[in-house]
Amino acid sequence: MSSQTLSPETAAARETPARRRRRVDRLPYLLLLPALVIIGVLLLWPLGQVVVMSFYRLNTVRQLRGDREWPWVGLGNYADILSDPFFLTVLRNTVLFAAANVLLTMVLGTLVGLLLNRLGRKMATFVASCVMLAWATPALTGTIVWKWIFDDTSGLVTWLFNALPDGLSTSLFGRSDWTGYGWFNSPLLFFAILTLVVVWHSFPFIAVSVLAGLKSVPSELHEAARVDGASPWRVFWKITFPLLRPVFGILIVLSTIWDFKVFTQQFVLAGGTQDRPTFMLAIYSYAEAFSPPPKYGLGAAIAVILTLILLMVTGFYVRMVLRQEDES
Amino acid sequence: MKKVALNGAGLLVALFAAFPVYWMISTSLKPSSEIFSATPQPVPTHPTLAHYREILTGNLIPGVSFLDFFLNSALVAVSTVVLSGLVALLAATAVARFRFKLRTSFLIMLLVVQMIPLEALVIPLFLMIQRLGLYNTLPSLILTYLGFSLPFAVWMLRGFVAAVPKELEEAAAIDGASRAQIFRRVLFPLVAPGLVATSIFSFITAWNELIFALTFINDQGSYTLPVAMTFFFGRDDTNWGPVMAASTLFTLPVIIFFLLVQRRMVSGLVAGAVKG
Repeated sequence: MSSQTLSPETAAARETPARRRRRVDRLPYLLLLPALVIIGVLLLWPLGQVVVMSFYRLNTVRQLRGDREWPWVGLGNYADILSDPFFLTVLRNTVLFAAANVLLTMVLGTLVGLLLNRLGRKMATFVASCVMLAWATPALTGTIVWKWIFDDTSGLVTWLFNALPDGLSTSLFGRSDWTGYGWFNSPLLFFAILTLVVVWHSFPFIAVSVLAGLKSVPSELHEAARVDGASPWRVFWKITFPLLRPVFGILIVLSTIWDFKVFTQQFVLAGGTQDRPTFMLAIYSYAEAFSPPPKYGLGAAIAVILTLILLMVTGFYVRMVLRQEDES
Repeated sequence: MKKVALNGAGLLVALFAAFPVYWMISTSLKPSSEIFSATPQPVPTHPTLAHYREILTGNLIPGVSFLDFFLNSALVAVSTVVLSGLVALLAATAVARFRFKLRTSFLIMLLVVQMIPLEALVIPLFLMIQRLGLYNTLPSLILTYLGFSLPFAVWMLRGFVAAVPKELEEAAAIDGASRAQIFRRVLFPLVAPGLVATSIFSFITAWNELIFALTFINDQGSYTLPVAMTFFFGRDDTNWGPVMAASTLFTLPVIIFFLLVQRRMVSGLVAGAVKG
């Protein structure tokens, strides 16, 4: 901190009003300086740098350190990615996964928020505390526990399926012995479990935000509608939803952004970056860049594509929210 | 009748949300024979701390124990918290207490910057860390997490600083206090609870982070806890007892801190500070 700006009181007392005002004008910028430098160097510069890197062929750490040439390839990395049929698989995985997770998280979170609003005081506190536990649990350990629950020998789910009557299990799934069943082996099942883990982690935030929104809405409106005989479904869509529309808009944007770049849960559940059929953009970018042989330029290009998609999502929703506000 | 249905739904939600946490702790307390038995026990019938003893006394790799990884993580997280809190407090004071030209632009930038997908920054930050010669060092992570936690920290602290009544500072100024004194004696104590809340968020960000720690640290002795856990426990035929014990030790500080913040946010900050 600069001693010049925060001088002892004797100096302040001697200053003329004009001098004091001029000094005060500089003070906020000095206070902001460290934060600006850090954000600039650690967030904005890398954001620009990732675009620059995507135009080069960078396959060694020496190039990154600046000891070797950076061969310019223009849009070559993008051409490589877009012409690879595997990219389509990754894109489809990413979009479908994000869409399913946003939908499920929003529906479950909203339902739980509505439920918490209707429960008695004690019950609501209890349920909210449990919901907070899921929220507070780190992505890493939360995923590890789910992996244990789906363990193929002693996991709880394996036991549950083994406990089904053999006849029923065979007629439904074609097998009665589930010990050793690889829950994570088929991509579809893998995505289903990943969805379970991600929704479990993210619905509490939606529930608590919706609850906070509901608390800010005068309850007379709901009561009046209910007295008039409106069904809960109609009350939600005709009263609750329109009133909370800005909240929902923001929650959908945030969920979309989070679910598009899921990494930790997938990395832990898949046990690394080897399970290519289940790749989504974030892990694809990481694997291309850091799994040997490293391709930093290609990974950077994928990261740019991911960022552009997220920018479009954000822009789209911002425009939608603004337009709705214009209309109303 | 309707009340019963609502309460039933509430219990189901509570079960779904809390069960994995319960199962983690419960498994960590079971002897291995119970963990791997054909019929799972809902509660540990013979609770034991054997798995905790195993991970706390044994070495995960020669010469490096669980506690070393725990300390690496703690060092990184605490350094991040201190630096981020200091810088955020200065910036928050600037935006909450002064009207200046670029104020609105700065606030908008704070919001926009939080939308940047951090996953997209691994590669360029890896380059930066390589060039700075910080590869394989814990400061590489402190620096990275400082950048990640700062925008939110400033955003959050801004509200706490703004909540301190200006009258208090003006009263101190009239009494002849300098800016430095006002900052130290008046503003800081009143913002302290907010600083604690903000620090906890920064701590959780740094404590939980996996990708960057995975990428910037190569030397096993410098692994943070998340990396150590994925590295040593992510293998086939996992020994779930020690894994759940380690997971519990990793998770508990986060849950405790998290619940603390929840309360802090609600409590009135400067209630009763200004009375007529």
